[in-house]
Amino acid sequence: MTRFLMTTALALSFAAPVAAATVAEGDVLDDTQEYRFWMLDALKSADPHKNTSKDGSQIVRQLFEGLMTEDGNGAMQPGVASEYTVSDDKTVYTFTLRPDAKWSNGDPVTANDFVYSWRRLADPATASEYAWFIELMNVANATEVVKGEQPPEALGVKAIDDHTFEVTLKSPTPHFEKTLAFPSTYPVNQKVVEEFGTDWTTPENIVSNGAFVMQGHNVGVDITMVPNPEYWDRDSVILDKVTAVTVPDANIGLTRYQAGELDRVQPPSGQFPRLLKEFPDEAVARPYACTYAYLLNLTDTGNPAVQDQKIRRALALAVDRDVLVGQVLQAGQQPAYGWTNEAIEGFTMPELDMAKMTQADRLAEAKAIMEEAGYSASNPLKLDLMYNTSEEHRKIAIVVQQMWKQIGVDLVLNNLEWKVYSDRMNSQQYEVVRSGWCADYNEASTFLDYFRSTGYNVGKYNSEAFDAVMDASKTSDDPAVEYAEAERILAADVPYVPLYQYTKVDLIKPYVKGLPEHNVMDAWYAKDIYITEH
Amino acid sequence: MTMIEHNKIEGMAARMAAEEVKGRSPWADARKRFFKNKAAMVALFVLLLVIAFAAFGNLFATWTYDSIDFSVMGSAATQGAPSIANGHYFGTDDLGRDLFARTIQGTRISLMVGIVGASVAVIVGTLYGATSGYIGGRTDAIMMRTVDILLSIPYMFVLILLLVIFGRSLSMLFLGIGLISWLEMSRIVRGQTLTLKNREFIEAARATGVPTWKIIIRHIVPNLLGVVAVYATLLVPLMILTESFISFLGLGVQEPLTSWGALISEGSGTMRYGTIWQLAFPLGFFVVTLFAFFFIGDGLRDALDPRDR
Amino acid sequence: MFGFILRRLAVAIPTLLLLIIFSFLLMHAAPGGPFTQERALPPQVLANLEAKYGLDDPLWRKIVDYVWGIVRHFDFGPSFVYPDRTVNQIIAAGFPITLTYGLLSFILAVVVGVTLGAAAAIRQNTWLDYLAVGVSIGAQVLPNFVMAPILVLVFTLILGWLPGGGWSFQNPDYWIMPVIALGTSYMASIARITRSSMLEVLSSNHIRTAKAKGLPARKIIMRHALKPALLPVISYLGPAFVSMITGSVVIDMYFSTGGIGKSFVDSALNRDYAVMMGVTILVGALTILFSLVVDILYAWIDPKIRY
Repeated sequence: MTRFLMTTALALSFAAPVAAATVAEGDVLDDTQEYRFWMLDALKSADPHKNTSKDGSQIVRQLFEGLMTEDGNGAMQPGVASEYTVSDDKTVYTFTLRPDAKWSNGDPVTANDFVYSWRRLADPATASEYAWFIELMNVANATEVVKGEQPPEALGVKAIDDHTFEVTLKSPTPHFEKTLAFPSTYPVNQKVVEEFGTDWTTPENIVSNGAFVMQGHNVGVDITMVPNPEYWDRDSVILDKVTAVTVPDANIGLTRYQAGELDRVQPPSGQFPRLLKEFPDEAVARPYACTYAYLLNLTDTGNPAVQDQKIRRALALAVDRDVLVGQVLQAGQQPAYGWTNEAIEGFTMPELDMAKMTQADRLAEAKAIMEEAGYSASNPLKLDLMYNTSEEHRKIAIVVQQMWKQIGVDLVLNNLEWKVYSDRMNSQQYEVVRSGWCADYNEASTFLDYFRSTGYNVGKYNSEAFDAVMDASKTSDDPAVEYAEAERILAADVPYVPLYQYTKVDLIKPYVKGLPEHNVMDAWYAKDIYITEH
Repeated sequence: MTMIEHNKIEGMAARMAAEEVKGRSPWADARKRFFKNKAAMVALFVLLLVIAFAAFGNLFATWTYDSIDFSVMGSAATQGAPSIANGHYFGTDDLGRDLFARTIQGTRISLMVGIVGASVAVIVGTLYGATSGYIGGRTDAIMMRTVDILLSIPYMFVLILLLVIFGRSLSMLFLGIGLISWLEMSRIVRGQTLTLKNREFIEAARATGVPTWKIIIRHIVPNLLGVVAVYATLLVPLMILTESFISFLGLGVQEPLTSWGALISEGSGTMRYGTIWQLAFPLGFFVVTLFAFFFIGDGLRDALDPRDR
Repeated sequence: MFGFILRRLAVAIPTLLLLIIFSFLLMHAAPGGPFTQERALPPQVLANLEAKYGLDDPLWRKIVDYVWGIVRHFDFGPSFVYPDRTVNQIIAAGFPITLTYGLLSFILAVVVGVTLGAAAAIRQNTWLDYLAVGVSIGAQVLPNFVMAPILVLVFTLILGWLPGGGWSFQNPDYWIMPVIALGTSYMASIARITRSSMLEVLSSNHIRTAKAKGLPARKIIMRHALKPALLPVISYLGPAFVSMITGSVVIDMYFSTGGIGKSFVDSALNRDYAVMMGVTILVGALTILFSLVVDILYAWIDPKIRY
């Protein structure tokens, strides 16, 4: 799963450290300061460099702290680094680390810790699944180190002194700043990692530098965290305890939330409207930087019919997205006619003709196209849709199947378990596939680069015009112009069927305060949270 | 997980094999006894009703199992309740699909999985057990040791992997479910074959040079039919239960097809959300049918078992 | 007897080896690997992972290395999905939990099942018998994935008596729902088997003789009927015991117990090869062990059986 940070603007240096948890006026603190949140699965790893899941990031963010953290809007805040400077050619970043930053064993957090940690992330011997993140950050020699062509020492990171950390980039990278609060970039304690090997993340051994330390871990049951006495900003941490509770079934999760065993839970699919009515103070839906789509396989292994742009257009036209978001998903999702999520900062979707039409017109045009191509209810176009096991994917597939039936498409639903689905999708063994994309960072290129001929692009869409526009955006003064053009090209070529833009829905007890309300990447920090009297 | 009282079937098998010496056919008597068994007759009647529902229920349905009632979709709790007026006799699921039609569809699939799965198990188990027992000697030892090894494999593992390797399909489900439950069957059949193989009529056949496979098919297997019938009847509910577990894991039949297991696991997920009919109707059919199979199986066994004569 | 046990144990080793090879081949035939995901890993990252875990070796080499690791160090390898932990650690953490709730379910199932079954047989064709038969079939056909959420609903949300999930070795409150949800269907099977074998024993000649001699009914049942009637129950209990103490995915899912029942299904779906092998071997070894225990018990109960 790829869920990355977003930021708004980033100042080059910060005036003063911001107090962590700020109690709003009129709030009375409860005697019990414990926050209990839901996790779907057991924690896979508490090692920042081995963590791959969003659930894991929620834990890692409390235990460790990177160069930067984020505020409630996702804007960058100073973390271990109190300030930094950028060289004139924008390739060398020099970070000043705060001298009072300490590990939970009392050792100071030094620049060498970051050097060790970033090398460890890239080192083939670590075999981190997120090693590509350091490549995405564009740190000098990252790719060569990951490939094993150069030793980890060649990575563009350096400790000038104990409190000065220098990073050299391969080329100017505007999104570099936005990656610095991502869990893969967090430091680990070399001494402890080398002493205990893979066992260093157990509650007895772990040493961390975040606002909390791990107190207990019952695998697959719960993880308890308590404030780190050595944390530099310990005074502003209000919670006494943070507990992550694993409940592998969403319905049981809701039951336990209602029984008062959890403070935050994700409601089961389709239940949001009812819960919103029943618990208006607790049900929350916020935009979330992902787009959901059906991708079409444009290679030889796909269905020959979808080589025809007109057929692809008909497929896109025939989906009634208002029904999908209004009656199936029902949690504030937005219909999608383009690829980039519209909550992305600085991006405005151009006016696309399909978005302006009424559904009746869309359906009429789709029917006309299909009739002209010779397809009808008696002679339908047979297409195979692949999706992985999930309640939501299942429902959407069933509804789209019925919608496409109206234009003479016989959609065969092919539900596969995750591994088979992923394997086939990445080797182009499908006709239509349920997929989507989530932002790696808060800028439109994270979406649009996908459809470049060199991008992930599992449908193998290949357009010179599109590539050219995206190339131009890299050096453009106002890339928003190129991004709009890129969306227009996609809308004309229809290499995919966009369906909707995500929301993140939650049930949160009204006494939990300090969770971010505008972070479209859903990153939160327990040091900002407090519990009011209830 | 076993639901079948192997001890009773083994006892019955032994007695039936012994009975054969007297050259009496147990079938006429058995039929009489079976018809006198009230519980079994009621169960048979109920089962016939369920089969009739699966076969002819669609004549009364106003919706098909895969069509969506867009006026109900997304608000099943308020508008999807069972109603004669809008044709959703059993209500709808949360996508607005007619539960009456889907229950019919699910009944068909589940009965089919049960019956085909049990047949695969019975055919493989009978042939394997009869061959092993009849040939005897080293072959028998190897074949039975293989069964022992296979019995120590966690069967869910095999089933999950089969569905993953070969993809989810109805035929794979039949095969997979059938293939994991023939082991016990083969043991019982082997035991009975051992008793049978020294009977005069088998020896006579052997003396006249009838080939081995023909003896197994023509002479051994028909004499096993009583046991096989009872075993099969009791295997059907077991197969249906296994299928429901597979559906719970999300490895069952593909949408828009459905099965009792899929309907029940969907219904049990949403039972708190005001759509209790989603659980109640499929679960009702499921429980009633399984009860019926159990009573019929018990009745058959009591009828065929020569013990009381 | 001693020779018999030795012989059986000697056969167990090649059996386990065959089980390992069979499972290994089956597992590697499944499409996708531990690191297959929707967003494919870049080739260089995947190559590093495969090199680290030896996934780029030929299949035979992998099997040999794996078996050698077990023989030499009792090392079942690292988990691919839980990189912080080895298979040994995963089993060491999860197995005590499933063992606890499995053993308790087993005791519950045997005590209640045998009592219910025996009572039903002794009072054949009374309301007690019908009730016992009805309850036991009902308990067998009600899927536990329906029962488990109902238990949580009733005991946690409505009554507020029990925690809705989680696990603690110190607090028995956490054990109650898993034990009930797991034990019920086994209890029902045991009751059915006990009833039918008890009926058979009660109609046999030596019980008739005992009755004719005028022995009191209680004595007949306890002394003469119960022991032989339990033989078939015991042969059922062998495999049942193993599947109970190795847990159930339904229990671990609905009650968040952290047991290995869920690890098993998860590892199959995640292609966490080593974890899956570890659990398979555990279940296989226990199955072999307890089928031996059943045979020994048989000989102990029924002196006619000699090995």
